[in-house]
Amino acid sequence: MPARRPIRIDAIKLILWTVGGGLILLALIGAVLTLGQGRISPSSWQNLVVAGIALGSVYALIALGYTLVYGILFMINFAHGEVFMWGAFSSWFMAAGLNEVGFMDSNPVFAFVLVLATAMLISMLVAVLLERIAYRPLRNAPRLVPLITAIGASLFLQYTARGFFGSGVRAFPGYNLFEGVIDLGFFRIDIDDMVVILAAIGLMLALYFFINQTRTGRAMRAVSEDKDVAAMMGINVDRIIVTTFAIGGLLAGSAAILYTLIFNQVHFFMGFLPGIKAFTAAVLGGIGNIIGAAIGGLILGILEQVGPNLFLTGYNIPSPNQLQDVIAFSVLVLVLIFRPSGLLGRKENV
Amino acid sequence: MTDTTATTVDPRPDHTGAGHRGDTLLELEDVHVFYGNIEALKGISLNVARGEIVTLIGSNGAGKSTTLRAISGTHRPRSGSIRLAGSAIHNLPPHEIVSKGIAHSPEGRKVFSRMSVFENLQMGAFSRHGERIDDDVARVFDLFPRLRERRSQKAGTMSGGEQQMLAMGRALMARPSILLLDEPSMGLSPILTEQIFKIIEEINAQGTTVLLVEQNALMALNAAHRGYVIQTGRIILADTAANLAANEQVRQAYLGEI
Repeated sequence: MPARRPIRIDAIKLILWTVGGGLILLALIGAVLTLGQGRISPSSWQNLVVAGIALGSVYALIALGYTLVYGILFMINFAHGEVFMWGAFSSWFMAAGLNEVGFMDSNPVFAFVLVLATAMLISMLVAVLLERIAYRPLRNAPRLVPLITAIGASLFLQYTARGFFGSGVRAFPGYNLFEGVIDLGFFRIDIDDMVVILAAIGLMLALYFFINQTRTGRAMRAVSEDKDVAAMMGINVDRIIVTTFAIGGLLAGSAAILYTLIFNQVHFFMGFLPGIKAFTAAVLGGIGNIIGAAIGGLILGILEQVGPNLFLTGYNIPSPNQLQDVIAFSVLVLVLIFRPSGLLGRKENV
Repeated sequence: MTDTTATTVDPRPDHTGAGHRGDTLLELEDVHVFYGNIEALKGISLNVARGEIVTLIGSNGAGKSTTLRAISGTHRPRSGSIRLAGSAIHNLPPHEIVSKGIAHSPEGRKVFSRMSVFENLQMGAFSRHGERIDDDVARVFDLFPRLRERRSQKAGTMSGGEQQMLAMGRALMARPSILLLDEPSMGLSPILTEQIFKIIEEINAQGTTVLLVEQNALMALNAAHRGYVIQTGRIILADTAANLAANEQVRQAYLGEI
């Protein structure tokens, strides 16, 4: 009997690669056309990049919460966007109160610290309660169960916020502290953008140090590799899981404050899109990978700001910025076609 | 000038150097363990005295690893009692059992592959809550000089033998009174296996009690003082290692003799 040679042309892969290649080609042609037209000035490009980095930093901070939890429990905490929203909302009350009594103006630095602390604390609390109430009882359930629970918890948190605070958009009282522009002649940056970027970098470095150099950080890494063996080493696995949620919450709370610095408003649905985008960023960078989440967030933020203008203006598409989410998610699809485990992801994580 | 006490020699030559060998350190009584509805251990009773090397031999799936997992708390028994130096531990979570003095080097090594050798050793000492560990690291490196060379290497990139050494070294970092070793020779060459067993005896001579699970029954019985033979979740034989090695039944079933 002649041996059958298993030659198979993987049709799906072929289609995917064609789609991927086509999208990249379209983007490249668009970029060339746009730059050829020269309608957008260099300083506008620069502003777009800075705004992209600022937004990307916020995504990155939220994405870290997804990736940390995934690294330890192998579940996607879809309620993480709501952890972010609750931080933002609670800090709105603090900010509005402080503003009312004039504290925002008389003592702006202390007021900002109070607002930030409120957001971080409440986000942490929500994240920890989420783990304790919604996820821990399902620790050994099939993987689909905590996923559904996460979506349920997300809706629960959204609509309790709506029930308590209404569905209106509330303007965040501005901090006079961060008004103004730094102008170095060749380079201009809004102070609030700069604060966002520096704060995010600081937090990410602190997290990196924590994970790699501290006892608890080492324990987190051990738990993410093997819970049973981690317990054999004397690690209280439940406590490490709570700690992980708490850290994710702290980062989401600080992200919430940075987000309100950029957008100056809160409402009950504000967690949804940043949550999805940050999840996208985490997948883009390779879910479970901390540096990946940071890089994924930055890439997504920059693409969202620069992408529509760069790729679409050349095709004379009206108001390309409306399509920023299309660009962002197309990039996700592209990355998943060519690198299914994300930019820095390990194969075993897929 | 005639000192009579000088001539009285301890009648028990204590080759373990463990001093007070004899009193029971670990005691299992009628331990039943289930995986779902399947009864993996059907009433295991055994004891390990301080300073001993005791081995648990048996074929695949007999319940050897399950016994160790029950002791270290990673799989809680449904009934029966496990006592360490007299106090019950079978209701404690695994992370508390370690600090009572039981370290488990699991089957398949299970080193933290994305961590360096040194970090793995640090994890081993986790139950000691941030005490100084330099002496212990030095001791492990003296036992396993290979690990000293690989100190900063990621554990996952090392060979099977090196990972086994690391797994044992990591367990020793907890300064256990009893070390549970699960299949330390698995997948190792005969030369490496011999080396590992020498080190097990050395660890024991330094004062650590060892409960050893092995498929390589010959090596295990050579190193151990006493042994238990386990079959489908029950202890079917218990004797000194020498007697077990001479036992007809054991020779046929586990030492590959017909």
